Amino acid sequence: MEALNNLLGGTLVPDVLFYAFAALTLLCAILVVANPFSRNPVTSAMFLVLTIISMAGLFLLLHAFFLAAVQILVYAGAVIVLFLFVIMLLDLKEEQRRRINAFGFVAGVVSVGLITAIFLKCLHHTALPVVDQPVLEGSTEALGKLLFTQYVLPFEVVSILLLVAMIGVILLSKKDAKTAPPGELGLPGITVENKPKGAGETAKPFAVSARPGEEK
Amino acid sequence: MHVGLEQYLTVSFLLFALGLLGVIMRRNLLVIYMSLELMLNATNLALVSFSRFNDKLDGQVVVFFIITVAAAEVAVGLALIVALYRKRQTVHVEDLTSMKL
Repeated sequence: MEALNNLLGGTLVPDVLFYAFAALTLLCAILVVANPFSRNPVTSAMFLVLTIISMAGLFLLLHAFFLAAVQILVYAGAVIVLFLFVIMLLDLKEEQRRRINAFGFVAGVVSVGLITAIFLKCLHHTALPVVDQPVLEGSTEALGKLLFTQYVLPFEVVSILLLVAMIGVILLSKKDAKTAPPGELGLPGITVENKPKGAGETAKPFAVSARPGEEK
Repeated sequence: MHVGLEQYLTVSFLLFALGLLGVIMRRNLLVIYMSLELMLNATNLALVSFSRFNDKLDGQVVVFFIITVAAAEVAVGLALIVALYRKRQTVHVEDLTSMKL
């Protein structure tokens, strides 16, 4: 038991775990962006889940426990489900292979090369803090205290942002009243397709009473 | 080699570069969106590691806000994609050229 504690308390196990999680994250990220076996967006979404989860592992290694939990809850739980929902809703056909865009290829290589140069330059010329045993713990309590004292105004602003986003999504995904064909009964949402079966005769009085202006 | 800030920043940078490559080179709007998420996650990782190695919790608070904003952004963006698909029946960026001169 003590040997196990020594092992976990040392730096060997976290280091090995870091390399494992980092490799998993990068591998899955590559498969999200350029999967040689499948062009299906569902595959990309699934590998995005794996990327997110292994990144939560990296957060755990950085002792950001609360953020690791939030990462899994929000990203793997909500965002990816939303992605999958939309993919299924759109009913996409298998993306056919188009010839690769030369301009896009050149733009990608050049921008990634430039950003690599910036990164290496920064890494060389900046004195990074050297800490052998960092002590910071991103526990829920510490983060909550900071969030509700120093950062309470941004917290409220973010809540308003979420409200605005919700209203925006409802407005965007609502059917346009002008372009949508009017429902058979003249009521929004009730059309020929989704009218309940067997409602042909019995629904007629309802239809008449729903539009009193067209009564004989 | 002992894992320090440099290693975490390298992983974060590689993730960011992958996301950038995906945004520029992929043609499917949904995959472009997933690559954007990848880039956001890369910055999150960088911020958390800065926070850890500078012994300040502020970086993690910023990450919290980034996650919130990213969730809102995904909801709005996917609603836009659905609205676009209703009008054009495509999510392929090369088919969306109505703003081309």
